[in-house]
Formats: sequence, C-alpha cells, structure tokens
Amino acid sequence: MLQQKIRETAKELLAKKAVDLVIGFAEGTLPLRATPIFARTPEEADRLIWNSFCENNLATYLRKFSKFRVGLVVKGCDARSVTALSLEKRFQPGQIVLIGVPCQRMVDRRKIQKAVKGEILQAREDGDFIVVKGEQFEVSLKRDDFLYQSCMACIHRTPVKADRLVGDPVEEFAFEEANHEIKEFEKMSPEERWRFFEKETSRCIRCYACREACPMCFCAECFVDSSSPKWLEKGLTSSDLQFYHVIRAYHQTGRCSECGACERACPMEIRLTYLTGKLNQDVKELYGFETGIDPEAPPPLSTFGTEDWQEFIK
Amino acid sequence: MKWKLDKKDLRSFLQGLIEKVDLYAPVKLSEGVFSYKKIEQAEEVDLTHPNPQKPVKDLFFPQSEVMFRYEKVGKEHQVVSAEGVKKERVVLGARPCDVQAISILDELFLGRDTIDEFYSQKRKATTIICLGCNQPRSTCFCSSMSGGPFIRTGSDLFLIDLGEAYGVECLSEKGKAFLGNKFLKEADGNDSKRAKELEEKATQKVNLSTPRPEGRGLLKVHPEPHAFTPSLKTGLRAPERVNSFLPIENIEKKLDPIIESPFWDRLHEKCVGCGVCTLLCPTCHCFDIVDEALNNRGQRVRNWDSCLFPLYSLETSGHNPRPTGRERTRQRIMHKFNYYPKIFNRIACVGCGRCVAYCPVNFDIRQAIKDIQDY
Repeated sequence: MLQQKIRETAKELLAKKAVDLVIGFAEGTLPLRATPIFARTPEEADRLIWNSFCENNLATYLRKFSKFRVGLVVKGCDARSVTALSLEKRFQPGQIVLIGVPCQRMVDRRKIQKAVKGEILQAREDGDFIVVKGEQFEVSLKRDDFLYQSCMACIHRTPVKADRLVGDPVEEFAFEEANHEIKEFEKMSPEERWRFFEKETSRCIRCYACREACPMCFCAECFVDSSSPKWLEKGLTSSDLQFYHVIRAYHQTGRCSECGACERACPMEIRLTYLTGKLNQDVKELYGFETGIDPEAPPPLSTFGTEDWQEFIK
Repeated sequence: MKWKLDKKDLRSFLQGLIEKVDLYAPVKLSEGVFSYKKIEQAEEVDLTHPNPQKPVKDLFFPQSEVMFRYEKVGKEHQVVSAEGVKKERVVLGARPCDVQAISILDELFLGRDTIDEFYSQKRKATTIICLGCNQPRSTCFCSSMSGGPFIRTGSDLFLIDLGEAYGVECLSEKGKAFLGNKFLKEADGNDSKRAKELEEKATQKVNLSTPRPEGRGLLKVHPEPHAFTPSLKTGLRAPERVNSFLPIENIEKKLDPIIESPFWDRLHEKCVGCGVCTLLCPTCHCFDIVDEALNNRGQRVRNWDSCLFPLYSLETSGHNPRPTGRERTRQRIMHKFNYYPKIFNRIACVGCGRCVAYCPVNFDIRQAIKDIQDY
C-alpha cells in the first residue's frame, strides 16, 4: 500500500537523519481535503497519508525550507517541478530526497461538491468510487469522472526522477478529454479568446494564491510587488488584473509542470491552466521540450545558442 | 415576526427598490462563485448561496477605493475629492456573520477619536437586510464567536426563508421605514411558528457541528486522525457531534505570554503566504494607500492589504520586521484574538468559516484556536 510505504520511507529517512524533515500529506480537517504536514520525527511520520485528495504541489515549500535537508513526497508533476527548480539552482545537490509516488490522478473536490445537492460532510474512497455523504444523501461517484483537468492530460504520473519510488510505475496515457480546454481555446477567434480571458480575470481578487501555490514562483520580489519600477497598480482595474495574469503565465513558459496547483488554489475559481498549458504546448512544438523530464536540459527560454534563429531581432 | 414577503412578489419588491435606491445583493459570477454587486435587474439577485466569497465589508470598505484625484494644470494644482455617496443604499441578503463583522468594523472606522469619512458615508446611507441561515455550513462557527445563524444585531431588517415566503422583521428605524411597503403582508401564527422552528434547528445545528478538535494539530502526534475529521481510512465515521463550542474564552490572555514562543515555528509551516484568508475575511481591515500617477495627473487610492504579504511590513530601508511566515501568521492570529479584544473588547472573528473553506492548504483557524488554548 502506497501510504504504508510512504510512512516507512519517511520514518527511515528521519531515523537515520538523512533529512531534517519530511514534507508530505496528512488528513485534512474538511472532507475531500488533505493538508501538508512537516514531519520531523519518525512518530510524526505516522500521520502521513496518501489518497486522491493530495492535490497540492509540495515543491512550493522548498523555498520556505531552503536551509534544510528535505524529504519531499512528490507526484509525477511535483517531481518535474523539483527537476526544473534544480536546473534553476534553487538548492544544493543532495539537499532534497524525493519520495516519489506513482500518481492515480487527483480528484477535483469542487467538481464533486457541485455534483451533489447539499453540503458534503464526509467522504471516502472506495476503489474506483468516491462515496460522499451529507445530511440527506449518500452517493457513490465514479472517480474518473471527477478528476482535475490537469490530471486528465497527464502522461508523467510516475515521477521521472525520484530517490525512492514507493510503488510500481503506472501505465502512462492521457484521457480522451485531455487538453480539451486548450483545444477549445484554440478554436476561438482572437476576440472570443480575449472575452474569455477578460471574463475569467475579472473575478481576480489579487490574493496571489496562484502565485504562492506555484513552486516556480520563487522570485524574492514579484513584479507585482515592485515599486521601482512600478509595473502595475494594486487595485482591481481590469487592465491591472489582465496584466498580472498575462505576465504570470508568460513567466511560466517552459517552466510549468502543469500540476494545476494555481487553479486549485484560486478561491474565485478562475481558470488558469488553459493559458500555461497552451504555452507549454507551444514550447513542446517549437523546441521539443517538456518541463522537468530531462534533468540536464535547461528551459529553452532561459538559454541561447549561437545557431539560434536571430531573424526576429532587428 | 409580524410580516412576510411572498417569494412570488420578490421580483416586484426588488424592482421597486431599484427605482428608489442603489440595491446591492449577491449575484452569481460563475458556477460556485458569488459576489455582492450593484443590482440593475431584479433577476440578477441570487439568494441561494450561503455566503459569497468576498464578504459584505466590500460594500462599506471597498477593496479598492479612490480617495481623491489631482492634476497639475500650468502652475496650478487642483485636488478634487472622490464623489461621495449620493443615493440611499440597501444591502440585501447579507448573512448574520457578515453583519456582525460590520459592527466590529464600526468600532474602528466609526471610532471614538477618528471617523473614517469614506466608511461613515456609506454606512449612514445603507439599510441592511439580513437573511438568516437555515442551513449553516460545517465550517461555520458563529456561535462560538458570540454570533449565531439568526443573530439580528446590526440588521435593519431580518428575513427568514420560510419556503414560499420570507418572514420579515423590521428592527431598526431604517427597517421600520419599510413598514408601509405594499408587498409586506401580515404573517400569521403558522409563519411565526415555522420561523421559530427554523431558527431553533439552525442554531442547534451550528452549535452541534462546531467541532471539538482534540489534541494539537501539529505539535503532537495523533495515533488516530483527530476527532472532527471524517476519516478516509476508516470509512464513514461520523464526525463527533457534541454540544461544544470552540474554546475561545480568555484567548487574548493566553496569547500574551507566548508571543516569542516556538509555538509559532510550527503553526505557520503550512501557510504558503497568499492572501485568501485575510482578503475574504469579513473583519480584516488593513489597507495600503498608494498614488496612481502619470505625468501631471493622478489619484490617491486605498486598497486592501494583507499582513500575510511580505510587502506589508517591508520598510523603506529594506528592513522587514516580519521577515518570515512565522511573524506574519502570528500577526494574523494576534490581531484577531489579542490586539483587537484588548482595544475594542471584541474578538475580530465572526466564525463565517471562509478562511477555513477557501485556504488552498487547509490551514484551519479552528485548529489554531484549539492549539493555542492547549499550548
């Protein structure tokens, strides 16, 4: 069982002091939720869990624990973020021990809540089903119908690079509906695309949950916080909201592992991954590059070669 | 409860209001996302959702508000105040927790020494029509914060959803101005009985479902998942429904001696430092004042700020007295449960549960309260 293996691995790493702490998931305080836990002793590692609600990308905590040796529980996408961070020299070699979990794809808690009438008070996994219970109902829902969009498209569920892989590699395939949000976006005319983007960003409250949930947003000073030069204002003017979201997405080009953490974190349910997903797709088509797969290949937009095509610079 | 408003008359009632006043009410922005907005058409109003993401404070203390505008013309400097409130305003569908929160904000913005003109104008011009909560959520803990799903304090009118009609109570002077409204009909004994039942049921529900967390979240290892978590491992175990409130008594005293304690080292760990909890909080009220200027003209704007942002406490010298999440999380807790009670004799939390429900990493303030009391 994955959960047992995660605990055993974490305990072993902590017991022999190979790491200072293990960051993984524990039982959340709400149904359909898991919560990050920072285990420093083998006893604390007993609270580690694994289920379909381990939706966060824990690599985002690496910047907070930059001075520690960290054992990190990672899904395929999270491991890709760590590789990308390693290429950007965010930590010392050997500082991070990856506890890799072949991922079953994560369940979208909001999709589940919207599928039932009334508040979900309890939830559990039962094979291919999620059983949810409220005051007046108890229903079984097919797990595969309620996966996160980013998870449906995933073809790197088994961590490409992991120091300890706690389960057998899983078969890699994308669901048929995968990338349909990107395809739909591509079908739109430029005007329709703009209207869609405008509508989504109009709900932004500038809490920056998307930024903070993202492992790749590690700048000591984000461009939105810079006062000299001041790139944008801090209010809710639509141009400022749009500017933030355009730049946020562009800063992810060729760096985003498509973990979907940004969209999952947004309290206003703004769709974000169609933008980063589209940019990733472009990077793949233009440069044959996928984030965090090859630990030696730098992201194409942060490198150059003398044979690069130069015509566009006049 | 003497009056009622039939739901079939709601549209006409609202349309009548829109003709006379600026009406604000929850509207649906997208599936599952709601917001208070100025209503142009009665059909926009959606009272089905418990609480919009952004609290009603946004209507009195907006997230972004122009204070004044300025311009340099030749050698002259012109300063123009922002337009004041011109029309009477009605807020419909605010929930008791959000209305309680307004009374907490009143302490500050309508304080003994200083009155905030922007807030005060809007507050004076507004009638609050509160809607009782028949179905409190599992994340609601209003009853622990001296509130409740049917608490009327601060409301001018109070509505109770009876099914086919809303029971209406006209509470304040502003509320009594509605007495002549042609859509208000006299309620009968059955309506009053039904209202009372709903109130009792909801109050009991929120009292019972306020969880009693056991043990300490992060500081002590739990052999079993803690009490109020429906366990995914052991199946559909009912969360403990006990008649219990969050242990909030004397929390400000408990916090005094632990300000430099290692307690905070562990409490903040999972917080990623976004502003969801503070921006969606109905009582958080920190703001930042900026000049938005270009060439010869500009405006001074007041925007919500969050103590969880590093920039919040960054000084001009580059020094930051709250350099890490430890100090920033501590500030969030201290402000609500220590500083505010000390100054205004009120806890700056109403138990609406937004911070619990929307936190991207499930930082649960109910657990934090329990951890503090146990420390």
